[in-house]
Amino acid sequence: MRILIAHDTIYRYANPPASVVQVLRLTPRNHDGQYVGAWRIEISADCRLDAHEDSFGNLTHAFSVDGPVEELTIHVEGDVDTEDTHGVIRGTIERFPPALFLRETALTVPGPDIADFAAALKGDGSTLDLLHNLLTRLYGEMTFDADPTHAATTAAEAFAIRRGVCQDFAHIFIAAARSLGIPARYVSGYFFRSDGVNDQNAGHAWVEAHVPDLGWVAFDPANGISATPAHLRVAVGLDYLGAAPIRGTRYGGGAESLCVRVRLQQAQQQIQN
Amino acid sequence: MAVAFDEMKGEDGSVRPAYRELSAWLGEIRPDVLDYRRREAELLFRRIGITFAVYGEADSQERLIPFDVIPRILSAAEWALLSRGLEQRVKAINAYIRDIYGKRESLRAGIVPEDLVYQNPVFRPEMNGQKVPHDIYVAIAGIDIVRVDDQTFYVLEDNARTPSGVSYMLENREIMLRLFPELFSRHRIAPVDNYPDELLATLQSIAPNSAAVEPSVVLLTPGVYNSAYYEHSFLADKLGIELVEGRDLFIKGEEVFMRTTQGPKRVDVIYRRLDDDFLDPLAFRPDSALGVPGLMSAYQAGNVTLANAVGTGVADDKAVYSYMPEIVKFFLGEEPILKNVPTWRCREEQHLAYVLDNIEKLVVKEVHGSGGYGMLIGPAADKAAIAVFKAKLKSAPANFIAQPTLALSTCPTCVDSGIAPRHVDLRPFVLTGRDRVRIVPGGLTRVAMKAGSLVVNSSQGGGTKDTWVLDG
Repeated sequence: MRILIAHDTIYRYANPPASVVQVLRLTPRNHDGQYVGAWRIEISADCRLDAHEDSFGNLTHAFSVDGPVEELTIHVEGDVDTEDTHGVIRGTIERFPPALFLRETALTVPGPDIADFAAALKGDGSTLDLLHNLLTRLYGEMTFDADPTHAATTAAEAFAIRRGVCQDFAHIFIAAARSLGIPARYVSGYFFRSDGVNDQNAGHAWVEAHVPDLGWVAFDPANGISATPAHLRVAVGLDYLGAAPIRGTRYGGGAESLCVRVRLQQAQQQIQN
Repeated sequence: MAVAFDEMKGEDGSVRPAYRELSAWLGEIRPDVLDYRRREAELLFRRIGITFAVYGEADSQERLIPFDVIPRILSAAEWALLSRGLEQRVKAINAYIRDIYGKRESLRAGIVPEDLVYQNPVFRPEMNGQKVPHDIYVAIAGIDIVRVDDQTFYVLEDNARTPSGVSYMLENREIMLRLFPELFSRHRIAPVDNYPDELLATLQSIAPNSAAVEPSVVLLTPGVYNSAYYEHSFLADKLGIELVEGRDLFIKGEEVFMRTTQGPKRVDVIYRRLDDDFLDPLAFRPDSALGVPGLMSAYQAGNVTLANAVGTGVADDKAVYSYMPEIVKFFLGEEPILKNVPTWRCREEQHLAYVLDNIEKLVVKEVHGSGGYGMLIGPAADKAAIAVFKAKLKSAPANFIAQPTLALSTCPTCVDSGIAPRHVDLRPFVLTGRDRVRIVPGGLTRVAMKAGSLVVNSSQGGGTKDTWVLDG
């Protein structure tokens, strides 16, 4: 499946700040079943993009823009070929052993509720069965709702109200899996929807959990499915903060408004081999 | 508990050679003169304004640390042993941190359990594979030393993040020189006033290769509300470097700049007294307003040195402490010169069982606690306190270690009833530069002012003493 991506993040400032500093995790890498064709990042302001790899192997770009900045657009576009791997993620760049991904972070503290929820799922089956069970139960338990949560909502907070967005679903899944002793991590990326809705107002987030003998397996708790060729993996981390597409700050200036436009399309022609 | 070793009177009550002159002087000086100078010392400290804040106390914002005018004395031979041991220990700490964020050979060899590193909140995944200038992670270490007899020094704790207290070492000496010149004329004492020069030389030596010939060094403070702010401003002044807060710095093209009245000036080395969590809101806590956004990008690009490096807590945690003898052997192939206090790791089942059975004989410490908070001193605790602590231990054993209650050595100390022995420890400061290791002879002696008390932390009412290392 060949997917074309165009992703704009537009910041508008009430009073132009003196400068803006950002770190981007917006560049996908190749792995088995994911092949990046063209990819580019354009910043609307004059600046130098410094490319690095972070400690998890994600590609990052850092920049600072001198103001006054009235509007700043981060434009990303590219195309990626994907193949079905049945959710198993191989050929990725791994900088840590899976054990690192048992680490608790502020956003993924399970708290007694999630720990109990997870413990109740334990059965005689394999780790993979347990994870599928967690996926199904979590999807059933939660309601997708963009209103009550925000970027800093913790897994426990979202679980308490049983509502949230893909980020919250992912954090809860991660917290639950880790509380069961299963290494789990946050994935940020894009999801091509099969229902024909091509224009989205956010990227997507899901998780990968480490299964003995199989390796990393991707689950999309917000959709209640395993990852498919429609999932485009961009960055991983211990939680949202480690994989966030954009982390930034500004000096001075007033309120900012943020507009995100993501357009995903399936390329009409298949690549001929 | 055994009778404590007194550093003046020794094991048999005869005065030990290093204390001969001091003991004679204490016999000569009139009590009212000593008392007068004691009060004068307090007045001087008040005037200088050397204070610190105790967290969790509403009534006293800033307070004076009690100063004891009777110096603590170490012989040249004792210091020679200590300084060799300190240098060895800090070398091993640096090698270990480099390994943890690099090849992880110590994990593969099973020297330290993997989860103790990966699940440790002070481990920084962001530092993985990151090179730091000249491979020096801990440029400034404060190693807490206690003594139990004539021969034996133990390391009680390693401080490899942002150890404080060196300003007291310097001020104590200055005050003593002013108040007791005659006592100095009767001894040959190694100076400590070169510490700021040694620190600056150390910091300059670890500047990144892209730095100017004369590297620009700044001290980054969290600001006036920090308990050690006095020390931050004191040190910046003594070093002749700028004292900055996060908002005084900014990142441009992966370099760090300081805002000055003459325009931006590049910064090469940041002596930071700000915790990892707050350094860069783009890499760590997003709500931190104390740090410098983008600092980690400049750090990763190798354009700035942070002293100490990010993530050094992975080596000074109380749980890792118990593995230090093995760490020294593994990285240096040497026997540790300085011993560790025997430590039970409550994360291990057998150790936990022992600790629960013998808790009234032990000191139990929280792995991530510091400043004497979150600990239980078994022999001094009542039944209720022990029951509470036992419950805590059982619910999260990995958070605790336990040690025997040591009979810490005592030194003669001025108290209300005259001169009496009080328990002491010692925090020497070990500076590691690209060229060499520098240790100013002595350090900060902390003294428990209450009779019998073993808690020397200033946050728990401990005082300080000037520490003399005799020259030859």
